[in-house]
Amino acid sequence: MAQGTLATSGVDTGLARHLLSQMVLIRRFEEKAAENYALGKIGGFLHLYIGQEAVAVGATSVLQPDDYAISHYREHGHCLAKGSDPRRVMAELFGRRDGLSHGKGGSMHLFDKSTNFLGGHAIVGAHLPLAAGVAFGIKYEGRDRVIVCYFGEGAVPQGEFHESMNLAALWRLPVIYICENNRYAMGTPVERALAEPNIWRFAQTYGIPGEAVDGMDVLAVREVVGRAVARARRDHEPTLVEARTYRFRGHSMRDPAGAIYRTRDEVEREKLRDPIVLFRQRCLTEGALTEADVKAIEKDVNDLVDEAVAFADASPEPPLEWLLTDIYKTED
Amino acid sequence: MAVMTYREALNMALREEMQRDPRVFVIGEEVGLYEGAYKVTQGLLKEFGPQRVVDTPICESGFTGVGIGAAMIGLRPVVEMMTFNFAILALDQIINSAAKMYYMSGGQFNIPIVIRGPGGPAHQLAAQHSQSMESYFYHVPGLKVVRPSTPADAKGLLKSAIRDDNPVVFIESETLYAVKGEVPEDPGFTIPLGQAIVRMEGRDVTVVAYMGMMYRVMEMAEMLEREGISIELVDPRTLRPMDTATIINSVRKTHRAVIVEAGAGFAGMGSEIAAFITEQAFDDLDAPVERVTGANAPMPYARNLEQAKTPSNQKIADAIRKVCYMNGG
Repeated sequence: MAQGTLATSGVDTGLARHLLSQMVLIRRFEEKAAENYALGKIGGFLHLYIGQEAVAVGATSVLQPDDYAISHYREHGHCLAKGSDPRRVMAELFGRRDGLSHGKGGSMHLFDKSTNFLGGHAIVGAHLPLAAGVAFGIKYEGRDRVIVCYFGEGAVPQGEFHESMNLAALWRLPVIYICENNRYAMGTPVERALAEPNIWRFAQTYGIPGEAVDGMDVLAVREVVGRAVARARRDHEPTLVEARTYRFRGHSMRDPAGAIYRTRDEVEREKLRDPIVLFRQRCLTEGALTEADVKAIEKDVNDLVDEAVAFADASPEPPLEWLLTDIYKTED
Repeated sequence: MAVMTYREALNMALREEMQRDPRVFVIGEEVGLYEGAYKVTQGLLKEFGPQRVVDTPICESGFTGVGIGAAMIGLRPVVEMMTFNFAILALDQIINSAAKMYYMSGGQFNIPIVIRGPGGPAHQLAAQHSQSMESYFYHVPGLKVVRPSTPADAKGLLKSAIRDDNPVVFIESETLYAVKGEVPEDPGFTIPLGQAIVRMEGRDVTVVAYMGMMYRVMEMAEMLEREGISIELVDPRTLRPMDTATIINSVRKTHRAVIVEAGAGFAGMGSEIAAFITEQAFDDLDAPVERVTGANAPMPYARNLEQAKTPSNQKIADAIRKVCYMNGG
């Protein structure tokens, strides 16, 4: 095992291994999910996060375990990074009984109370007020926690983005809004959707800190979100982070190539910024990890993902009587 | 017991529940400093402070979402809609976030929230400020929907709604805020959600009505009694879950049913009630179920048109006579 550190950023071997493992886990998990979608084991919409892993992993790495995270419908990565059992996440994608939501939510509605992952929400922009509400609740009860809220740049034109920014700033709520700008809301490029495509600048309107960060650089995300988390925890100051990233796959499995609205050249060029390749190379170059470490990480992750698929496949379908449970909570 | 207005009864319920449970807070437009557009939250800011009586800017979707988010981590928000017409702006939050969270999280996150405010026809407020809103909500699995007709019900049902672990849509009425009635002062007094009440016992016809329409039926009851028609008046109080048993039991006794509602008739509350009466008590009926509903039109401003939009006492009486075959029909 290498014992070196990344001199420029103070990343030791343990942290390097953690960050790389998490990013590789999300990547392999989703590649397997895509395979199983093709096999018909997963239905409905499946939105892959491939290419954006550095954002979820970098941001989560500066949270405490009891901090909250909330996300949109492209949330497998955020949920896994927050610590959910990959077996139960895959079982949810399969619509099985042992899924996080017992098969009732699916890919777009992952929830895990045990990790304070407050869900995948699939109406664009609608979970931004929820994040403000969680932060309001944290402050109301005087708790030492924060919430990170992930959303795409497609949510920025929505009224709820602006309502949430305003309330978070007005009431000084401990929330970090992380806009994952992957440049396309489905097939609409950001320049065709926003009069101000520099999303971090909306923070200035609301008088809160705003920062853009290279979303393909896990250490950069870690640094920027780390500062935001510290401000939120210490001063109850919200932040808007614009993480500039790119999804390598289509909007969903129904848009596999994403070829109509962007060129293949562009996709190939962006793949040169692959956050996993870049970070792995950097760890090797700077001596934080060895080739053997990287191989070991790959193997461990592959085993974990294979196990997740086997677990999901073996899990039974939810019993039919569950159709009518969990609609109303009755007294415990 | 004390005699108080419907408005005061609501205020008392809020105050008692806030005293009882520190997780309960009130949030909405003008609820604090202004003490509520209809003064339902009067005095609460002074007693509980700005942390628990939260004035918001005008952003219904935003502050309803804030309530839902706070409920996700265990608080018990009471969100005031200045009028329920504005809840349409928050419809996505109420339906897609509040109502479905418990289900789509597989039972992990319930949403104990009350969304309350006045709805239904008011006086010359025209199309956008005067309409029955309950039908937008009672269709949605995961929501409970309450329409309290009396001051005592307003208090008892609001307290139950706040203590409920699910999202409750609680629609009051501008036209009832000044209505007075006897209200128990006991802080332990509650009325369970999902229980209808027989307001007047009678022999000949079951009339189902709530809110302003219920009072119109009561106004006509004595006259109809003199004509020889004895009315049994059932107020559902909670529209979802509905106490179908109380209504069915009444119909089995009277063999006739009339449903009165202020809202537009197409796919209205009366449609559902008529359907389950027909399904469950068809053989008990001596006449087809009759519905008296608001016209299928937006609310007009002009006084005469407005009066024609909602069921009049005359129309209600005619429908009751009709199912009793007493108006030549």
